[in-house]
Amino acid sequence: MPLRELTWMSEAIAASGALPSDWMFVVAVIGMVAVTYSLRAGGYWLMGRLSITPRVRRGLEALPGAIIVSTILPIVLKGGIAVGLCLVVAIAAQVKLKKEYAAVFCAALVAAGLRAVGI
Amino acid sequence: MLDKNVTLSLKGCIQGALLCIPVFPGIIALSAVFGTVAAQKGLTFLETLMINSLVFAGASQFVAMEVYNEPLTWGLLIAMVGVTGAVNMRMLLIGASLRPWLGQVPGYQTYPALFFLTDLNWLLAISQYEKGTRDWGVFLGSGLTIWAVWSLSVIPGYFAGSLITDPKAFGLDVILPAFFAALLVPLWKGKRQTVSWLVAGGVAWVTWIAVGGYWSIFTGAVAGAIAGAYLDE
Repeated sequence: MPLRELTWMSEAIAASGALPSDWMFVVAVIGMVAVTYSLRAGGYWLMGRLSITPRVRRGLEALPGAIIVSTILPIVLKGGIAVGLCLVVAIAAQVKLKKEYAAVFCAALVAAGLRAVGI
Repeated sequence: MLDKNVTLSLKGCIQGALLCIPVFPGIIALSAVFGTVAAQKGLTFLETLMINSLVFAGASQFVAMEVYNEPLTWGLLIAMVGVTGAVNMRMLLIGASLRPWLGQVPGYQTYPALFFLTDLNWLLAISQYEKGTRDWGVFLGSGLTIWAVWSLSVIPGYFAGSLITDPKAFGLDVILPAFFAALLVPLWKGKRQTVSWLVAGGVAWVTWIAVGGYWSIFTGAVAGAIAGAYLDE
Protein backbone atom coordinates (compact mmCIF):
# COMPACT_ATOMS: atom_id res chain seq x y z
CA MET A 1 0.00 0.00 0.00
CA PRO A 2 1.43 3.43 -0.97
CA LEU A 3 2.58 5.57 1.90
CA ARG A 4 0.22 8.36 0.89
CA GLU A 5 -2.81 6.11 1.40
CA LEU A 6 -1.53 4.83 4.70
CA THR A 7 -1.14 8.38 5.92
CA TRP A 8 -4.63 9.20 4.70
CA MET A 9 -6.03 6.18 6.50
CA SER A 10 -4.32 6.93 9.75
CA GLU A 11 -5.51 10.52 9.52
CA ALA A 12 -9.03 9.35 8.90
CA ILE A 13 -8.80 7.04 11.87
CA ALA A 14 -7.48 9.81 14.05
CA ALA A 15 -10.16 12.21 12.82
CA SER A 16 -13.04 9.84 13.55
CA GLY A 17 -11.51 8.76 16.84
CA ALA A 18 -12.10 5.17 15.85
CA LEU A 19 -11.42 2.60 13.18
CA PRO A 20 -13.88 2.52 10.28
CA SER A 21 -17.14 1.16 11.59
CA ASP A 22 -17.05 -2.22 9.87
CA TRP A 23 -13.51 -2.89 11.13
CA MET A 24 -14.62 -1.91 14.59
CA PHE A 25 -17.34 -4.50 14.26
CA VAL A 26 -14.80 -7.17 13.37
CA VAL A 27 -12.75 -6.18 16.42
CA ALA A 28 -15.90 -6.40 18.57
CA VAL A 29 -16.67 -9.89 17.26
CA ILE A 30 -13.08 -11.01 17.84
CA GLY A 31 -13.35 -9.72 21.41
CA MET A 32 -16.66 -11.48 21.99
CA VAL A 33 -15.36 -14.74 20.52
CA ALA A 34 -12.16 -14.54 22.60
CA VAL A 35 -13.99 -13.96 25.87
CA THR A 36 -16.59 -16.64 25.11
CA TYR A 37 -14.05 -19.25 24.08
CA SER A 38 -11.88 -18.59 27.11
CA LEU A 39 -14.95 -19.19 29.29
CA ARG A 40 -15.84 -22.33 27.31
CA ALA A 41 -12.35 -23.77 27.67
CA GLY A 42 -11.27 -22.03 30.90
CA GLY A 43 -13.35 -23.97 33.40
CA TYR A 44 -12.31 -27.25 31.81
CA TRP A 45 -8.66 -26.19 31.76
CA LEU A 46 -8.71 -25.06 35.39
CA MET A 47 -10.19 -28.35 36.59
CA GLY A 48 -7.24 -30.11 34.99
CA ARG A 49 -4.89 -28.11 37.21
CA LEU A 50 -6.78 -28.76 40.43
CA SER A 51 -6.77 -32.19 41.93
CA ILE A 52 -10.24 -33.69 41.83
CA THR A 53 -10.79 -34.66 45.46
CA PRO A 54 -14.01 -36.47 46.46
CA ARG A 55 -15.36 -33.14 47.66
CA VAL A 56 -14.59 -31.39 44.35
CA ARG A 57 -16.11 -34.33 42.51
CA ARG A 58 -19.31 -34.10 44.55
CA GLY A 59 -19.43 -30.39 43.77
CA LEU A 60 -18.99 -31.08 40.05
CA GLU A 61 -21.72 -33.70 40.20
CA ALA A 62 -24.08 -31.22 41.83
CA LEU A 63 -23.25 -28.58 39.23
CA PRO A 64 -25.49 -29.64 36.30
CA GLY A 65 -28.70 -29.62 38.37
CA ALA A 66 -27.73 -26.37 40.08
CA ILE A 67 -27.04 -24.70 36.73
CA ILE A 68 -30.36 -25.85 35.28
CA VAL A 69 -32.32 -24.65 38.32
CA SER A 70 -30.55 -21.28 38.28
CA THR A 71 -31.11 -20.94 34.51
CA ILE A 72 -34.80 -21.78 34.60
CA LEU A 73 -35.66 -19.64 37.62
CA PRO A 74 -35.15 -16.19 36.03
CA ILE A 75 -37.06 -17.37 32.94
CA VAL A 76 -40.01 -18.30 35.16
CA LEU A 77 -39.74 -15.06 37.15
CA LYS A 78 -39.78 -13.05 33.90
CA GLY A 79 -42.33 -15.22 32.08
CA GLY A 80 -44.91 -15.35 34.87
CA ILE A 81 -47.59 -17.93 35.53
CA ALA A 82 -47.91 -19.13 31.92
CA VAL A 83 -44.23 -20.08 31.61
CA GLY A 84 -44.16 -21.55 35.13
CA LEU A 85 -47.16 -23.70 34.34
CA CYS A 86 -45.60 -24.92 31.08
CA LEU A 87 -42.47 -26.03 32.92
CA VAL A 88 -44.56 -27.91 35.47
CA VAL A 89 -46.28 -29.63 32.52
CA ALA A 90 -42.86 -30.44 31.02
CA ILE A 91 -41.63 -31.98 34.28
CA ALA A 92 -44.85 -33.95 34.76
CA ALA A 93 -44.69 -35.23 31.17
CA GLN A 94 -41.07 -36.21 31.61
CA VAL A 95 -41.80 -38.11 34.84
CA LYS A 96 -44.70 -39.90 33.17
CA LEU A 97 -43.43 -40.48 29.62
CA LYS A 98 -39.63 -40.34 30.09
CA LYS A 99 -39.24 -38.77 26.64
CA GLU A 100 -37.74 -35.29 26.32
CA TYR A 101 -39.39 -34.54 22.98
CA ALA A 102 -42.80 -35.42 24.41
CA ALA A 103 -42.21 -33.15 27.40
CA VAL A 104 -41.14 -30.27 25.13
CA PHE A 105 -44.13 -30.84 22.83
CA CYS A 106 -46.62 -30.86 25.73
CA ALA A 107 -45.13 -27.66 27.17
CA ALA A 108 -45.24 -25.83 23.81
CA LEU A 109 -48.82 -27.01 23.28
CA VAL A 110 -49.90 -25.74 26.70
CA ALA A 111 -48.07 -22.44 26.07
CA ALA A 112 -49.83 -21.98 22.72
CA GLY A 113 -53.16 -22.80 24.37
CA LEU A 114 -52.60 -20.36 27.24
CA ARG A 115 -51.57 -17.58 24.81
CA ALA A 116 -54.64 -18.28 22.65
CA VAL A 117 -56.89 -17.61 25.63
CA GLY A 118 -54.80 -14.59 26.57
CA ILE A 119 -52.90 -15.70 29.70
CA MET B 1 -10.42 -39.35 39.63
CA LEU B 2 -10.90 -39.56 35.91
CA ASP B 3 -13.05 -41.98 34.01
CA LYS B 4 -11.42 -44.74 32.08
CA ASN B 5 -12.91 -46.21 28.90
CA VAL B 6 -13.70 -42.82 27.39
CA THR B 7 -14.22 -43.32 23.66
CA LEU B 8 -15.13 -41.34 20.56
CA SER B 9 -17.13 -42.95 17.77
CA LEU B 10 -19.23 -41.95 14.79
CA LYS B 11 -22.12 -43.82 16.37
CA GLY B 12 -21.84 -41.59 19.42
CA CYS B 13 -21.77 -38.47 17.23
CA ILE B 14 -24.90 -39.59 15.38
CA GLN B 15 -26.62 -40.38 18.65
CA GLY B 16 -25.74 -36.89 19.86
CA ALA B 17 -27.11 -35.37 16.65
CA LEU B 18 -30.38 -37.28 16.94
CA LEU B 19 -30.84 -36.23 20.57
CA CYS B 20 -30.96 -32.57 19.46
CA ILE B 21 -33.97 -33.03 17.20
CA PRO B 22 -36.63 -32.18 19.84
CA VAL B 23 -35.07 -28.76 20.34
CA PHE B 24 -34.64 -27.89 16.65
CA PRO B 25 -37.78 -25.68 16.63
CA GLY B 26 -36.44 -23.77 19.63
CA ILE B 27 -32.97 -23.28 18.09
CA ILE B 28 -34.37 -22.30 14.68
CA ALA B 29 -36.81 -19.79 16.16
CA LEU B 30 -34.18 -18.20 18.41
CA SER B 31 -31.56 -17.92 15.67
CA ALA B 32 -34.10 -16.58 13.15
CA VAL B 33 -35.18 -13.94 15.67
CA PHE B 34 -31.52 -13.02 16.14
CA GLY B 35 -31.22 -12.58 12.38
CA THR B 36 -34.19 -10.23 12.44
CA VAL B 37 -32.81 -8.22 15.35
CA ALA B 38 -29.42 -7.95 13.63
CA ALA B 39 -31.04 -6.76 10.39
CA GLN B 40 -33.06 -4.15 12.26
CA LYS B 41 -29.91 -2.97 14.03
CA GLY B 42 -28.33 -2.38 10.61
CA LEU B 43 -25.74 -5.17 10.56
CA THR B 44 -24.75 -6.38 7.11
CA PHE B 45 -25.47 -9.98 6.16
CA LEU B 46 -21.81 -10.97 6.57
CA GLU B 47 -21.55 -9.26 9.93
CA THR B 48 -24.64 -11.14 11.08
CA LEU B 49 -23.26 -14.51 9.94
CA MET B 50 -19.94 -13.76 11.57
CA ILE B 51 -21.26 -12.79 14.98
CA ASN B 52 -23.86 -15.58 14.98
CA SER B 53 -21.59 -18.46 13.98
CA LEU B 54 -18.41 -17.39 15.75
CA VAL B 55 -19.78 -16.19 19.08
CA PHE B 56 -22.39 -18.98 18.99
CA ALA B 57 -23.96 -18.14 22.34
CA GLY B 58 -27.59 -17.07 21.94
CA ALA B 59 -28.38 -15.05 25.04
CA SER B 60 -25.11 -13.11 24.95
CA GLN B 61 -25.61 -12.22 21.27
CA PHE B 62 -28.98 -10.68 22.04
CA VAL B 63 -27.61 -8.71 24.97
CA ALA B 64 -24.66 -7.50 22.86
CA MET B 65 -27.14 -6.34 20.19
CA GLU B 66 -28.92 -4.31 22.89
CA VAL B 67 -25.62 -2.53 23.52
CA TYR B 68 -24.63 -2.17 19.85
CA ASN B 69 -25.18 1.12 18.08
CA GLU B 70 -23.95 2.88 14.96
CA PRO B 71 -21.31 4.24 14.96
CA LEU B 72 -19.51 1.63 16.98
CA THR B 73 -17.14 3.38 19.40
CA TRP B 74 -14.43 1.82 21.56
CA GLY B 75 -16.66 2.34 24.60
CA LEU B 76 -19.53 0.42 23.03
CA LEU B 77 -17.13 -2.25 21.80
CA ILE B 78 -15.77 -2.84 25.30
CA ALA B 79 -19.32 -2.91 26.67
CA MET B 80 -20.32 -5.53 24.07
CA VAL B 81 -17.39 -7.75 25.02
CA GLY B 82 -18.08 -7.16 28.72
CA VAL B 83 -21.75 -8.14 28.62
CA THR B 84 -20.86 -11.17 26.51
CA GLY B 85 -18.46 -12.28 29.24
CA ALA B 86 -21.01 -11.67 31.99
CA VAL B 87 -23.79 -13.59 30.24
CA ASN B 88 -21.49 -16.48 29.33
CA MET B 89 -19.80 -16.76 32.73
CA ARG B 90 -21.76 -19.95 33.38
CA MET B 91 -19.72 -21.67 30.65
CA LEU B 92 -16.79 -21.82 33.07
CA LEU B 93 -18.87 -24.09 35.28
CA ILE B 94 -20.34 -26.15 32.46
CA GLY B 95 -16.86 -26.77 31.09
CA ALA B 96 -15.53 -27.63 34.55
CA SER B 97 -18.17 -30.31 34.96
CA LEU B 98 -16.94 -32.06 31.79
CA ARG B 99 -13.44 -32.59 33.23
CA PRO B 100 -14.02 -35.99 34.87
CA TRP B 101 -15.35 -37.30 31.55
CA LEU B 102 -13.09 -35.65 28.95
CA GLY B 103 -9.98 -35.48 31.13
CA GLN B 104 -8.54 -38.60 29.49
CA VAL B 105 -8.97 -37.27 25.96
CA PRO B 106 -5.93 -35.53 24.43
CA GLY B 107 -6.07 -31.74 24.48
CA TYR B 108 -5.80 -31.34 20.71
CA GLN B 109 -9.21 -33.02 20.51
CA THR B 110 -10.96 -31.51 23.52
CA TYR B 111 -9.95 -27.86 23.12
CA PRO B 112 -11.28 -27.47 19.56
CA ALA B 113 -14.40 -29.42 20.61
CA LEU B 114 -14.98 -27.00 23.49
CA PHE B 115 -15.70 -24.27 20.91
CA PHE B 116 -19.02 -26.10 20.37
CA LEU B 117 -19.89 -26.13 24.07
CA THR B 118 -23.38 -24.77 24.70
CA ASP B 119 -25.87 -25.30 27.51
CA LEU B 120 -27.85 -27.53 25.22
CA ASN B 121 -25.28 -30.05 24.07
CA TRP B 122 -23.66 -30.03 27.48
CA LEU B 123 -27.00 -30.90 29.02
CA LEU B 124 -27.70 -33.62 26.47
CA ALA B 125 -24.24 -35.09 26.91
CA ILE B 126 -24.24 -34.94 30.70
CA SER B 127 -27.63 -36.67 30.92
CA GLN B 128 -26.25 -39.47 28.71
CA TYR B 129 -23.17 -39.58 30.94
CA GLU B 130 -25.42 -40.07 33.96
CA LYS B 131 -26.89 -43.09 32.18
CA GLY B 132 -23.43 -44.58 31.78
CA THR B 133 -22.38 -43.34 28.31
CA ARG B 134 -18.65 -42.65 28.05
CA ASP B 135 -18.54 -42.05 24.28
CA TRP B 136 -17.91 -38.31 24.04
CA GLY B 137 -19.16 -38.32 20.45
CA VAL B 138 -22.52 -37.56 22.06
CA PHE B 139 -21.11 -34.19 23.12
CA LEU B 140 -19.30 -33.49 19.84
CA GLY B 141 -22.09 -34.66 17.53
CA SER B 142 -24.75 -32.65 19.34
CA GLY B 143 -22.48 -29.58 19.44
CA LEU B 144 -21.76 -29.69 15.70
CA THR B 145 -25.42 -30.27 14.88
CA ILE B 146 -26.62 -27.38 17.02
CA TRP B 147 -23.94 -25.15 15.51
CA ALA B 148 -25.01 -26.05 11.95
CA VAL B 149 -28.72 -25.52 12.63
CA TRP B 150 -27.99 -22.30 14.52
CA SER B 151 -25.75 -20.99 11.72
CA LEU B 152 -28.28 -21.70 8.95
CA SER B 153 -31.42 -20.53 10.74
CA VAL B 154 -30.19 -16.98 11.05
CA ILE B 155 -30.35 -16.54 7.24
CA PRO B 156 -34.15 -16.66 6.73
CA GLY B 157 -34.54 -14.57 9.88
CA TYR B 158 -32.24 -11.89 8.48
CA PHE B 159 -33.98 -11.68 5.09
CA ALA B 160 -37.58 -12.43 5.93
CA GLY B 161 -37.71 -9.94 8.80
CA SER B 162 -39.27 -12.66 10.81
CA LEU B 163 -40.56 -15.99 9.62
CA ILE B 164 -42.72 -16.31 12.65
CA THR B 165 -44.10 -12.94 13.62
CA ASP B 166 -44.96 -14.01 17.13
CA PRO B 167 -42.98 -17.02 18.43
CA LYS B 168 -44.94 -16.82 21.68
CA ALA B 169 -48.26 -17.61 20.00
CA PHE B 170 -46.89 -21.02 19.01
CA GLY B 171 -45.31 -21.63 22.38
CA LEU B 172 -41.84 -21.62 20.78
CA ASP B 173 -40.39 -19.50 23.58
CA VAL B 174 -40.96 -22.24 26.16
CA ILE B 175 -39.22 -25.00 24.18
CA LEU B 176 -35.75 -24.37 25.58
CA PRO B 177 -36.74 -23.88 29.25
CA ALA B 178 -39.12 -26.87 28.99
CA PHE B 179 -36.29 -28.99 27.63
CA PHE B 180 -34.11 -27.92 30.55
CA ALA B 181 -36.86 -28.74 33.02
CA ALA B 182 -37.37 -32.17 31.44
CA LEU B 183 -33.66 -32.96 31.67
CA LEU B 184 -33.69 -32.03 35.33
CA VAL B 185 -35.98 -34.99 36.08
CA PRO B 186 -33.47 -37.85 35.61
CA LEU B 187 -30.82 -35.88 37.51
CA TRP B 188 -32.87 -36.08 40.71
CA LYS B 189 -31.75 -38.92 42.91
CA GLY B 190 -32.68 -37.89 46.44
CA LYS B 191 -32.05 -35.55 49.35
CA ARG B 192 -28.67 -34.34 48.10
CA GLN B 193 -30.20 -32.96 44.89
CA THR B 194 -33.21 -31.52 46.71
CA VAL B 195 -31.01 -29.54 49.09
CA SER B 196 -28.50 -28.49 46.44
CA TRP B 197 -31.26 -27.34 44.06
CA LEU B 198 -33.10 -25.45 46.79
CA VAL B 199 -29.87 -23.63 47.66
CA ALA B 200 -29.22 -22.92 43.96
CA GLY B 201 -32.77 -21.67 43.44
CA GLY B 202 -32.74 -19.53 46.59
CA VAL B 203 -29.43 -17.85 45.79
CA ALA B 204 -30.40 -17.38 42.12
CA TRP B 205 -33.68 -15.77 43.19
CA VAL B 206 -32.02 -13.36 45.63
CA THR B 207 -29.40 -12.46 43.00
CA TRP B 208 -32.05 -11.92 40.35
CA ILE B 209 -33.98 -9.55 42.62
CA ALA B 210 -30.80 -7.75 43.75
CA VAL B 211 -28.91 -7.26 40.47
CA GLY B 212 -31.11 -8.82 37.76
CA GLY B 213 -29.64 -9.95 34.46
CA TYR B 214 -27.75 -13.19 34.09
CA TRP B 215 -25.63 -13.14 37.23
CA SER B 216 -28.18 -15.33 39.00
CA ILE B 217 -27.18 -18.29 36.81
CA PHE B 218 -23.61 -18.02 38.03
CA THR B 219 -24.24 -17.36 41.73
CA GLY B 220 -27.01 -19.96 41.95
CA ALA B 221 -24.93 -22.62 40.22
CA VAL B 222 -21.87 -22.00 42.43
CA ALA B 223 -24.00 -22.04 45.60
CA GLY B 224 -25.71 -25.27 44.53
CA ALA B 225 -22.40 -26.94 43.71
CA ILE B 226 -20.90 -25.92 47.06
CA ALA B 227 -23.97 -27.24 48.86
CA GLY B 228 -23.62 -30.51 46.94
CA ALA B 229 -19.92 -30.75 47.73
CA TYR B 230 -20.37 -30.25 51.48
CA LEU B 231 -23.41 -32.42 51.88
CA ASP B 232 -22.16 -35.70 53.22
CA GLU B 233 -23.26 -38.98 51.76
